[in-house]
Amino acid sequence: MSNTTSDDSLITTEVQADSNDDRAAAAAGTAVAARNLNVYYGDEQAIDDVTMEIPEKRVTALIGPSGCGKSTFLRCINRMNDMIEICRVDGDVEFGGKNVYDADVDPVALRRKIGMVFQKPNPFPKSIRDNVAYGLKIQGFDGDVDERVEESLKGAALWDEVKDQLDSSGLELSGGQQQRLCIARAIAPDPEVILMDEPTSALDPVAASKIEDLIDDLAEEYTVIIVTHNMQQAARISDRTAVFLTGGELVEYDDTAKIFEDPEEQRVEDYITGKFG
Amino acid sequence: MTDSTESPDLTRRDGLKRLREGTYGGLFAACAAITLLTTAAIFVTLLSDAVVFFRSISILEFLTGTNWSPNPAGGGQAFGIIPLLIGTLVVTATAALISIPVGTLTAIYLSEYATPNARSILKPLLEILAGIPTVVYGYFALVYVTPALKATLFPEMSTFNALSASIMVGIMTIPMVSSISEDAMSAVPDELRQAGYGLGATKFEVSTGIVVPASISGIASSYILAVSRAIGETMIVVVAMGAQARMPEVQQALFGIPFVNPADVLLESGMTITVAMVQITGGDLTGGTLPYNSMFALGLALFAVTLVMNILSDIIAQRYREEY
Repeated sequence: MSNTTSDDSLITTEVQADSNDDRAAAAAGTAVAARNLNVYYGDEQAIDDVTMEIPEKRVTALIGPSGCGKSTFLRCINRMNDMIEICRVDGDVEFGGKNVYDADVDPVALRRKIGMVFQKPNPFPKSIRDNVAYGLKIQGFDGDVDERVEESLKGAALWDEVKDQLDSSGLELSGGQQQRLCIARAIAPDPEVILMDEPTSALDPVAASKIEDLIDDLAEEYTVIIVTHNMQQAARISDRTAVFLTGGELVEYDDTAKIFEDPEEQRVEDYITGKFG
Repeated sequence: MTDSTESPDLTRRDGLKRLREGTYGGLFAACAAITLLTTAAIFVTLLSDAVVFFRSISILEFLTGTNWSPNPAGGGQAFGIIPLLIGTLVVTATAALISIPVGTLTAIYLSEYATPNARSILKPLLEILAGIPTVVYGYFALVYVTPALKATLFPEMSTFNALSASIMVGIMTIPMVSSISEDAMSAVPDELRQAGYGLGATKFEVSTGIVVPASISGIASSYILAVSRAIGETMIVVVAMGAQARMPEVQQALFGIPFVNPADVLLESGMTITVAMVQITGGDLTGGTLPYNSMFALGLALFAVTLVMNILSDIIAQRYREEY
């Protein structure tokens, strides 16, 4: 595999990534790392021996055709796959140097450090304030909740639109606003990593582009790992891109500019240019 | 298509088909009308006969009287609903104390915790519980529950008593609460649970903080149904509680508010509104007599109690509703 990641390669090629130049200058540590990860649903293999290191405070995109295992990979990181009974995970996923599949790791504690945004906006049927404060409430946050709610809504570029209606239901918002509310909810407990599973695929282009701008801002403070079907989106917003192909194989993982301009693998080039997938 | 010599057939379908379509709609509407008409007819019957009754006995006397004896051997007829009302309310409240918590927790277990296997076994079992004839529950209360309570907790309890009857009414209505609540909880979209788990919520936090609030209107309607069923329950009460309209001793509490010691009611025999009605129909009664007409006044009172219950719980459900 041509995806060995070192901090050197990160610096030299990431400079080319447009719009992300500011972040590229500094070397980044590793936030999440997978080592020889294999995932099975029953007898079917969904992830095939994946090893990759995801840099902190960067946007890393996971792309590939449907059923290639990219969402499965994402859900391994915060162990959301635990809830699927037939799912079996082999190998390590390290978060902050600790294998999250170790016996002493509590998935609940893990998910408090790793926020998640889903494909379909899924605000709770509660007020906007309660939506954002939910994570704080269950985690026993003892600071100023209202202040944190405001900060989070500002962080999700939603504050100006909702500041006068914090008590109305989150479901009264438009789809794009709902998704930004979900992002505010995810960042309120101040996680280290935010996982996004096709966060714009249910949104119209204008709402989607707002989310894309937001993702760029989020990478200032958080490690963002995003699954997307939209290759233009991956090219626009990510610093690093991992290409998964059918069978759960990680075919190529490199700086986004490199993947889209000069991929090593013919299969990746075929996929990106639309000849395959 | 470029060479469309034939335009597509967009003409109206022939008359017979349209007639048939219309007939379906009418048929469904007619079925819906049957229930409505029946309810209306029952209400009118109750009201008209009750009006006759209230010509002889004033509404005030009926509502505040503390003695119920429609067919006394030696004379001194009295039609006071209070002892019956106390009987009904005590049975209903005690039954609800059993069916609501147990039913709700069962529903949470079935919807959120049970594996598909466990659910496929437990749900039909619960539905069997709902299918047992109530007279069986009544005998079970009389033959097993009362002796068991007497031998352990309440040696002074009488053979026919409200407590055993209430316990069995409560158990009988558990499936009503659990089944309808479980349906409401299962209908909550999985995305909401995922959102909760994604934020690091535990299963308990997701169940109680997300799923239950989102399905509260369904859960509340299961409570209404169970309580209404308990109010109307007759057979268990006739068998296990006896049929003695007994006025418990009224005590003066703080600020002179009158209250009744629940133990005075629960451990003794008593009578509910429904049992009083059964007793009246059970006698050799001809239409037009006062006891006969009193039955309709009782029916109307029962109707009013359930109506108020329904309205109250509707208001409560509206207040806490979380629409998804």
